[in-house]
Amino acid sequence: MTQPLIEIRSAPHVQAAKTVETIMRNVVYSLLPICAFYVFQYGISALASIAVVTGACLATERFFVGTGTQAGRLSDYSAVITGLLLALTLPPGFPLWMGAVAGIVAIALGKALFGGIGFNVFNPALVGRAFVQAAFPTAIATYTPSFLPGRFTEFIPSTLAWPLMIPADAAVWLKAKHLDALAGATPLAKWKFDGVLANADELLTSLSGHMAVGPSPLLILVCGAYLAARRFMDWRIPLAVLGSAALTAWLLFAFDPARYPNPFFMLFSGGLILGAVYMATDMATSPVTPKGMWVYGALIGLLTVVIRYYSGLPEGVMYAILIANAASPLIEKITQPVPFGRGAILGMDRVKKRASYPLNPGYISREEASAVTPKKRFLPNKPKK
Amino acid sequence: MSTAAPQTWDEFMEGVWRQNPVFVMVLGMCPTLAVTVSAINALSMGAATLFVLVCSCGLVSLMRAVTPKEVRIAVYIVIIATFVTAVDYAIQAISLALYDALGAFIQLIVVNCIILGRAEAHASKNTPLPAMINAAGMGVGFTLGLLALGVVREVLGAGSLFGVALFGAGFQPWVIMVLPPGGFFVLGAWLLFFAWLERRKLRRAASLTEAGQHV
Repeated sequence: MTQPLIEIRSAPHVQAAKTVETIMRNVVYSLLPICAFYVFQYGISALASIAVVTGACLATERFFVGTGTQAGRLSDYSAVITGLLLALTLPPGFPLWMGAVAGIVAIALGKALFGGIGFNVFNPALVGRAFVQAAFPTAIATYTPSFLPGRFTEFIPSTLAWPLMIPADAAVWLKAKHLDALAGATPLAKWKFDGVLANADELLTSLSGHMAVGPSPLLILVCGAYLAARRFMDWRIPLAVLGSAALTAWLLFAFDPARYPNPFFMLFSGGLILGAVYMATDMATSPVTPKGMWVYGALIGLLTVVIRYYSGLPEGVMYAILIANAASPLIEKITQPVPFGRGAILGMDRVKKRASYPLNPGYISREEASAVTPKKRFLPNKPKK
Repeated sequence: MSTAAPQTWDEFMEGVWRQNPVFVMVLGMCPTLAVTVSAINALSMGAATLFVLVCSCGLVSLMRAVTPKEVRIAVYIVIIATFVTAVDYAIQAISLALYDALGAFIQLIVVNCIILGRAEAHASKNTPLPAMINAAGMGVGFTLGLLALGVVREVLGAGSLFGVALFGAGFQPWVIMVLPPGGFFVLGAWLLFFAWLERRKLRRAASLTEAGQHV
């Protein structure tokens, strides 16, 4: 491949060697240790789940890219991220055919309908999860304990359910293994329905056996730190999500310690860490303005705690992020920064803080001849006599 | 050979295919989304609407000369409401379970925009026979639209078709399909399918004319 010596083009002239593909590939790399640990926790069922969900996502992406209506390519790794994240949010023993349905819906409904990568309003993985949550509420609430003996040689029976058929009952299988059904509950469900709080170290590392926890929060934070350090992810969003969730939980805990669990439990149970680091930071569905990121993250944290405490569901991260996704264009609009130099001119009488969102003329290069501030025109209401 | 038969057929097929009330005109969405939880509900709702549509369009067409223009909407409503009342009582007598399942949507046929639209746009300007044929076409089209939704939602949501189990006892129902979001998803999927069919037809026609020009 030959490169031209001089390339003549318009601004921006300085650019980083960062493409969509690079970013997505690095996110996939950072997800691999988390997936590996997840497989270590749950054995071949988790491996099969990750493979099938990611495969369904890739197949759907391939189909829609083939129609020629999509932005992006199959090779840009975005469908892989969707698949891996979706598999990590599903229970390890989730029937494979339901996982495939989730993957297809995630790409088709969450991404392809909007026009492909960068155009989606909602996080595709969460759209897929929300669909199966509504379609199969029993299966998605059925967790099995981690670190079961023989997990690398035997599937969790519900994994291998026939397509369209009800999965086998996990409680019967656990009983045969001399474990009580309560061992299969997530820490959040245990707290919500039985009033049992899990210990801090158990939550943090996910290393204690016989508990249904997701991927280790500590590991996710480390992988997220890698992404943030290499600037593939903005650190403001996870910090805002976790900070606002902790603050809300701490205020409630201070108000009534008997009724509400401690903020530490709130932060490290369920999918909050995974959601904050990997789902909320999805570039297409979160605000681009720094101030907007804080608002967006804070909204997610607050909504998560509110849904967990006051609704019938044990977990609220998914809906919190989806709601904040919907709000993010609005957040962007009201947190639009004043262009450099513009504030001083307008500062004579008042600073125009809220610039219009879609095409603020201040952002258009001066070289563009057509860059004129449109004047508001008031048409006369009364017809001239 | 007379041209009457193809014209009549055209009149009928307008509602069934070209101007299908559900998939092309996207009218009457309220019953379409609400009662299509099962195929039998969809079919009976469609049949009820078909009956009201044909009868009221015939009567509107008969009375078109004596209906003052200023009160025509009121006249249409009274005519439609008469037939809806008859259907309402008939369904109640035939099957109370079905009547409960369809709920308020039978009475709401009165304000169904397909019927009012047909009465205003077609029946009030045509003789009774074409008006009724056109209305029958629209009614059949509406029934087919409802059935298309009802079949998909019943098969996925309950694993059965017209109440007959398809997959045996171990079927996992898709709860979302019998909930309102399922109605929107299935309707959207069908609209997508018909839009795709239409685009393909246009593309083929375009390529045909192009080929014709080259020859």
